[in-house]
Amino acid sequence: MSSQALINYSLYLADNTLILAQRNAEWCGHGPILEQDIALTNISLDLLGQSRSFYQYAATLINEANPSATPVSEDSLAFRRDVYDFKNILITELPNGDWGNTILRQFFFSAYQFLLYQQMKQSSDATLAAIAEKSLKEVTYHLRWSSEWVIRLGDGTEESHDRMTSAVENLWSFTGEVFEAAPFEKDAVEAGFGIDPASLKSAWLEKVTEIFTEATLAVPPSGWMQTGGKTGKHSEYLGFILAEMQFLQRAYPDASW
Amino acid sequence: MASVTDISTAHVWDLLEAVTDPEVPVLSILDLGIVRDVKVENNHAHIVITPTYSGCPAMDVISMSIRMQLLSNGFKEVSITQVLSPAWTTDWMTEAGKEKLRAYGIAPPNPTQQVCNTKLFADDEAVQCPHCNSWNTRRLSEFGSTACKSLFQCNDCHEPFDYFKCH
Ligand SMILES: [Zn+2]
Repeated sequence: MSSQALINYSLYLADNTLILAQRNAEWCGHGPILEQDIALTNISLDLLGQSRSFYQYAATLINEANPSATPVSEDSLAFRRDVYDFKNILITELPNGDWGNTILRQFFFSAYQFLLYQQMKQSSDATLAAIAEKSLKEVTYHLRWSSEWVIRLGDGTEESHDRMTSAVENLWSFTGEVFEAAPFEKDAVEAGFGIDPASLKSAWLEKVTEIFTEATLAVPPSGWMQTGGKTGKHSEYLGFILAEMQFLQRAYPDASW
Repeated sequence: MASVTDISTAHVWDLLEAVTDPEVPVLSILDLGIVRDVKVENNHAHIVITPTYSGCPAMDVISMSIRMQLLSNGFKEVSITQVLSPAWTTDWMTEAGKEKLRAYGIAPPNPTQQVCNTKLFADDEAVQCPHCNSWNTRRLSEFGSTACKSLFQCNDCHEPFDYFKCH
């Protein structure tokens, strides 16, 4: 039971970072200027690296729990699971939209990750704690970079301000899901190694308010929030992401360089 | 008196000095500070390394280079373990490594306590131009050609340069 809780929790953390990495990577070669194209690609690579750590850990735990089954690997977990197996929150799978929309999503996610990893550094599970310690340094850069861009664009020209306002409208109802504990998160909290996501919410909102104030953007009222990703109920977008990301391993199983 | 194990361990450290970072080839992996432990039992070498960044694509190449270097120098078995904790920091880079970076045209990392925080518009960080030594430089981008670098430009000699950012 406790092993299953740890597996699900690790997969959740892996799926969130993988899908957002994949989305951000779509900007590669299309960024507004070279330096920022590189910046977002670097963030994507960091997120992919974090997802690899979580998938590797999940694979080890799954193989230990099922010694007689065909072993899984980080690759099979990323490339051979279907839409309803993925636990990522919906905001990570939404289309990129314009640069402002992409930046704003990254800011929302980085602000959450920063708080999550600060807590997870003290997890009773040594591997989760180590991944959090390692990743927190990366996320510190992501949070700073995305905060600066939210401010630049929000408090920029009339057009950039309008676009950021639309991005807030577009994304806001997807910001609540991460703080609503799924059954596997409740198990993880109960088992002592997981973080209660609801406990991060007020600090997250404080950070968003701080940055939005500088960016001259209004923080919307909390309101109704979209949910479902954590339990495998995804938007139609995830299927298209997986179709592209998993094509090679589906068409040519076990292909390697 | 040094034991046989001590001597062979020291030998492995010497061999690792020749393994370089594929992205910054002037740096050995010892300069970078990513080799955390070396153990030798009979002909079996155990190496513990830590990644610089989670997604650093150089880590797989480095692992393979370590293996090749030790196998071609008589070790029968080589095992390489990656550990994440304690997390790598640029403070582990050697002084010799920092000098090599400067000579190569990359500004070496400042001490970490200076800038590893979420404070916005990092206006406090002074980075010295590796070409003309001027401190009158500005950051072009937080992120550079690889995960470990950011991009700067010198206001005096106008040369752009990479800064191996603190981490
Ligand atoms: Zn200069």
